[in-house]
Amino acid sequence: MSDTTTAYEDGNALAGPLSEIFAIDVTTADAQCAGCGSSGALARLQVFSHAPGFVARCPECASVVLRFVRAPDAGWLDVRGAVRLRIPLPTTTS
Amino acid sequence: MELPPGQYLTRDFPVLSAGPTPRIPLDRWELSVTTETGTVHRWSWPQFTALPTESPTVDLHCVTKWSKLGTSWEGVSLDVLFENVETAADYALITSYGGYTTNLPLEDLLDGQAWIAHRYEGDELDPEHGGPARLLVPHLYLWKSAKWVRDIRLSFEDERGFWESLGYHNYGDPWREQRYDGD
Amino acid sequence: MSSATTVTESGAGEVPRRRLGWHVATLVEARRENATARTLVLDVPGWPGHLAGQHADVRLTAEDGYHAQRSYSIASAPDRERVELTVQMVDDGEVSPYLVDDFAPGAAIELRGPVGGWFVWRATSTEPVLLVGGGSGVVPLMAMIRTRRASGNRAPFRLLYSVRSPEDVLYAQELRPAHDGVDVTIAYTRRAAEGVSRPAGRLTAADLSSWGWPADFAPQVFVCGPTGFVEAMADALVALGHDAQRIKTERFGPTGG
Repeated sequence: MSDTTTAYEDGNALAGPLSEIFAIDVTTADAQCAGCGSSGALARLQVFSHAPGFVARCPECASVVLRFVRAPDAGWLDVRGAVRLRIPLPTTTS
Repeated sequence: MELPPGQYLTRDFPVLSAGPTPRIPLDRWELSVTTETGTVHRWSWPQFTALPTESPTVDLHCVTKWSKLGTSWEGVSLDVLFENVETAADYALITSYGGYTTNLPLEDLLDGQAWIAHRYEGDELDPEHGGPARLLVPHLYLWKSAKWVRDIRLSFEDERGFWESLGYHNYGDPWREQRYDGD
Repeated sequence: MSSATTVTESGAGEVPRRRLGWHVATLVEARRENATARTLVLDVPGWPGHLAGQHADVRLTAEDGYHAQRSYSIASAPDRERVELTVQMVDDGEVSPYLVDDFAPGAAIELRGPVGGWFVWRATSTEPVLLVGGGSGVVPLMAMIRTRRASGNRAPFRLLYSVRSPEDVLYAQELRPAHDGVDVTIAYTRRAAEGVSRPAGRLTAADLSSWGWPADFAPQVFVCGPTGFVEAMADALVALGHDAQRIKTERFGPTGG
């Protein structure tokens, strides 16, 4: 049986599933953890994907930052574990 | 042998988890039942393992579509656990070490339908599969059988747990294929 | 297929912006990399292009309707509608035995992507690059090397590739010394190849220091492989003075194969 202390991937694994609901790649977004206040790219979160949904945890304090379930007719996204997301967008010139 | 709709048979025992495996030393482990009045019934590990056990053989149905048939467990029936618990409550919210939660009607925990299981296939229950002890409620999808069970809180209100609050069905009967909210 | 909002050419270095759907991907050719891994060359009509480091989600549907889905790093440099994936056999895996042994030219799978805009190397970049790969973690790093070679980019690259034994090496031919600014060190962890001076053993901070770039070169660092390997390497790099913000990681958790 695999060692479950490292039985997670990282936020890169969210890129595909979240591509259904976001038109941009949110794995480059900077997320601030509501648990401990630390910030980092969504790609750095510890993602537990062997579950009925995706659970992304803070690499510093392990609290849940984001959860996502792809139900047949909807995507369910819970980001209450993130204080805010900063999502890079193309610079506007107007 | 019949499987619930949409299920596939598996011979291994997949490990699904929403977080790191909690490691709880037995000298700190505690199981509690908290009633709607705030009364708390507690069992330490020695107290819990002194309770009479049963050896149910049950089928497991995971909402991710795998089913594992004929699994043997040893555990304490919730009927035994609730022998001295006075309650008029309708609902239970189960909390696990590590923070996981799941909810179900109290009546689904009683009358021989559920156990707090601490042995699987003749061995101590492995932490990856919920050890030292997990809830086992085989008539509902396996996400209701909370691993690393810690507390059962009784209430008149039904409070949605971890997956129930994120699109999964509030009840979760595999035979009516109640996987998602609205099914 | 979903309608596009804005589609920009990947060659310009932009990550394509559109909602992604599933594309049909037909196997054109398969190349054996070694006894346990195979590279799949797929023709994917409508593929929007990709950046080195990105991955694709693969979906297989069985006759009874059962879906199995896995993610694989894209191994190839961008090349119109052609996508290459290198699949490593996983013991008791559900999907890898099919992809490595049975999937035959003419048959098709579904692909969603490209996904992952963070773990990418852009061919417009000029900074030195340090690539650290463990086992099949070398796949997206190979896409970066191939993209560098195809684009004529001259950024200095160093690859440290940790692998169990010579039979497990992927892309052996392409990783031979090419004197083109891509330096490759293969570190064997169980059994070293003949004539190799470094004895078998896990990659250590000393290896990173000897074969990688010094921290004051401020390289872009990409580390990919199993979670335990990635965490050990990232910690060692930070301890050597590399800026944690310049280290990008991709962990392959236990995927179940």
